[in-house]
Amino acid sequence: MNATAESYVTEDGRTIGGKVMEMKNITLKFGGVTAISNISFDIREGEIRAIIGPNGAGKSSMLNVINGFYHPQEGEIWFRGEKRKPMKPYQIAQQGIARTFQNIALFKGMSTLDNIMTGRFTHMKTNMFWQAVWKGPAEREENLNRDIVEHVIDFLEIQAIRKTPVGRLPYGLQKRVELGRALAAQPKLLLLDEPMAGMNVEEKEDMSRFILDVNDEFGTTIALIEHDMGVVMDISDRVVVLDYGKKIGDGTPDEVRNNQDVIDAYLGVAHD
Amino acid sequence: MNATVIDGDLDTFPKLLARNAIKFSDKPAYREKEFGIWQSWTWAETKDEIEALALGMLALGLNEGDHVAIIGRNRPYLYWAMTAAQCCGAIPVPLYNDANAEEMAYVLEHSGARFVIVEDQEQVDKVIDAQEIVHGIDEIIYLDKRGMRKYDHTHMNAYEDVQAEGRAAHHRLDPIMKERCAALTIDSTCVMLYTSGTTGRPKGVVLSNRNIISASASSSEFDDLNAGDSVLAYLPMAWVGDFIFSIGQCFWTGFCVACPESPETMQTDLREIGPSYFFAPPRFFEGMLTTVMIRMEDASPLKQRLFKYFMDHAKKVGPAMLDGKSVSAGDRFKYLLGDILVYGPLKNTLGMSRVRVGYTAGEAIGPEIFEFYRSLGINLKQLYGQTEASVFITQQPDGEVRADTVGVPSPGVEVKIGDNGEVLYRSDATFIEYYKNPESTADTKDPEGWVATGDAGFFEESTGHLRIIDRAKDVGKMSDGSMFAPKFVENKLKFFPNILEVVVFGNGRDTCTAFINIDLNAVGNWAERNNIAYASYQELAGHPEVYATIKSHVEEVNISVAEDSMLSGCQIDRFLVLHKELDADDGEMTRTRKVRRAIVEDKYADLIEGMYSGATEISTETEVTYEDGRKGSIKATVQIEDAKTVARKAKAA
Repeated sequence: MNATAESYVTEDGRTIGGKVMEMKNITLKFGGVTAISNISFDIREGEIRAIIGPNGAGKSSMLNVINGFYHPQEGEIWFRGEKRKPMKPYQIAQQGIARTFQNIALFKGMSTLDNIMTGRFTHMKTNMFWQAVWKGPAEREENLNRDIVEHVIDFLEIQAIRKTPVGRLPYGLQKRVELGRALAAQPKLLLLDEPMAGMNVEEKEDMSRFILDVNDEFGTTIALIEHDMGVVMDISDRVVVLDYGKKIGDGTPDEVRNNQDVIDAYLGVAHD
Repeated sequence: MNATVIDGDLDTFPKLLARNAIKFSDKPAYREKEFGIWQSWTWAETKDEIEALALGMLALGLNEGDHVAIIGRNRPYLYWAMTAAQCCGAIPVPLYNDANAEEMAYVLEHSGARFVIVEDQEQVDKVIDAQEIVHGIDEIIYLDKRGMRKYDHTHMNAYEDVQAEGRAAHHRLDPIMKERCAALTIDSTCVMLYTSGTTGRPKGVVLSNRNIISASASSSEFDDLNAGDSVLAYLPMAWVGDFIFSIGQCFWTGFCVACPESPETMQTDLREIGPSYFFAPPRFFEGMLTTVMIRMEDASPLKQRLFKYFMDHAKKVGPAMLDGKSVSAGDRFKYLLGDILVYGPLKNTLGMSRVRVGYTAGEAIGPEIFEFYRSLGINLKQLYGQTEASVFITQQPDGEVRADTVGVPSPGVEVKIGDNGEVLYRSDATFIEYYKNPESTADTKDPEGWVATGDAGFFEESTGHLRIIDRAKDVGKMSDGSMFAPKFVENKLKFFPNILEVVVFGNGRDTCTAFINIDLNAVGNWAERNNIAYASYQELAGHPEVYATIKSHVEEVNISVAEDSMLSGCQIDRFLVLHKELDADDGEMTRTRKVRRAIVEDKYADLIEGMYSGATEISTETEVTYEDGRKGSIKATVQIEDAKTVARKAKAA
């Protein structure tokens, strides 16, 4: 662990460690459009970090930068005390970063169980030969992975849909399966892109509880994008606010709530 | 038939456990599906687990005679907790796990429980809420560690930690446990179970070892239950039936109890386990039949024809074959063919392939539903019982099964009809008393030991079978003096799959009226099929076509009610479809889903008044309670519909 900053203890007794990831002066452009301009912030070990902002503020772009899907033209990303070289998303997944998507990216025809099993892919070591022979290492590995997946299923309380094709599930449950797939990778850093979009109140409550439980039980660091301000303010430790690709606020939910720039961005003021 | 005699070596549960651990040491006693795999514990392992918990609780200071509340869904660990409490000389008190904090607080306070063993964080939170008014709780033991790290643990322990402590203190505490077990006799209290309370507060029914063990032993013998049988435990642990099946009969015969993975997976787990002994309320069988019928409507025409053809045949000969009556060889062959093509696969889907003895009780079951299962070759029977009787009062012997009776007195039970038509019984299994409530005890149980059931009924002269009419106090008179038995009409209506619940009014009035709850599952499916859009239960309930369907059901029932000479006055004149489902959270039903008539009458007084005043629609506002205890209200305008009644048959002069 890079002890670049002192650790602290939250009100509810969790210990937040030093910086896991640090974004330094990130700028991302698509042709002439600047999606993100000169943004810096950090994510600490064990915290729930929210990225919020109005539509088009650059939140999803930011997540895609962290995830390695987009490569910023300027700036540096430091992960666990090392400057990160440009990488493919699967290499980043191997580093222990998992994510979910805003518009659900599951294999619709596969069962819940199989979908979550795909989350174990980066942990599978046996080669094609052993997979074909099956008996021996491949089978042992499958059993081990299945055990981890079953714990995830138990954790998310989705035993009843274990064998159901994902395409037949209601939206809220699909979101939960997607979270399950990300958890199956046993990530150190979990990125959630609008985990509660399109959910009803009850589903949101369930999802909030799962996010808090993941953080609490496994100590997973979580970075999430969310529109629902109530949810964000309730569950996150620190919030970074983006607007038109710029960072306009960063701090605890209370600090952010009272920040004049944030209020303006959300309530709207005339942009000269 | 006489009650089974209980051997002195087998008159308490710790003794039964010791016997089973030797006699059936390698045979599974409990199973539970966890992480997608059925885990099982042999009797020897079960004894080890139970004793570890018992020793751990001794280390925590559990005293003789203390009450130990147990709250959670069916899990082997919680069943063990009951026996572990008994091993410490304490008394287990299982609670309904879906009760809200307020209901739970009442029972915790009334029972004076010192130890509470709960399943998970949700139940811990409820107990902590209850502790604002309940002060007797000294220790909380929880099973599932998830989310519990941040709680104050000065008087709280994880189940496995208590067991670990117990194992470590084995040498020190084992003699104390042995002493406590030895002090138990056949007349020690075995368990305290709270009645669901159709009227007023729940009452704590104290049952002794004699009660539970004699009921378990006699009933096991009645149906020839043995160590090779298996059951699925999915009904609330606080209900007396579950205690008898999953602990009483299980310990007596040594059969295996399987617990489902989660409440939602019950149907799948049922199919995987394939129990040989099964119990379910009529509602469950109804629900399952509705699902089958809905799925058959989506099947291919060939399958539909096959299903219809063989089901017609099964209805003709199936029940007769089950009763061992003579059936022609041709019919037998056709039934065999049907078994290969339809009945077998269907039973397998339902998880009923291996059911040797099935029981339904609690409410009347629709004759068609009953016949459906029996015609498939499932030996479904009825029994009549209550908590105070340790379940069994009457039950149907093999070969004498009918939909409209509840059977002959169970072995060792004497049953008689009181002067007012009320059913009375007496047996070894009759409860000791209501806890801290001598008045109620005296009201229910007379000095000679006869217990009043509160149900009106009569024995059929030709067969000796008991028939139940209604709750004795609900039976009333119409203003013209004819008999009013609401349950009689309600049951007839509830046999329609579209109708979930009915409440009939009419005591002391000229005509009868009814509240009806539609079955969202069945009616929703019908709506989907007929392209009827609806956004909520309320909207669907008020739909004119739904009203028309319900009206046709009511009128059909009126015709059948008119045929009964005693009760023809109970035909329904007007009815309405309620804008919300009656719910236990609102106090309208008990946790075992029996309607609390007085509360419904009181709460919806405006609607009842409207039905009798001749209005055609009424606006009303109803308070509802959500699962987490918050309150809200729903407003609705409810239609009232008239139904045709049939002229009464002329009374015999």
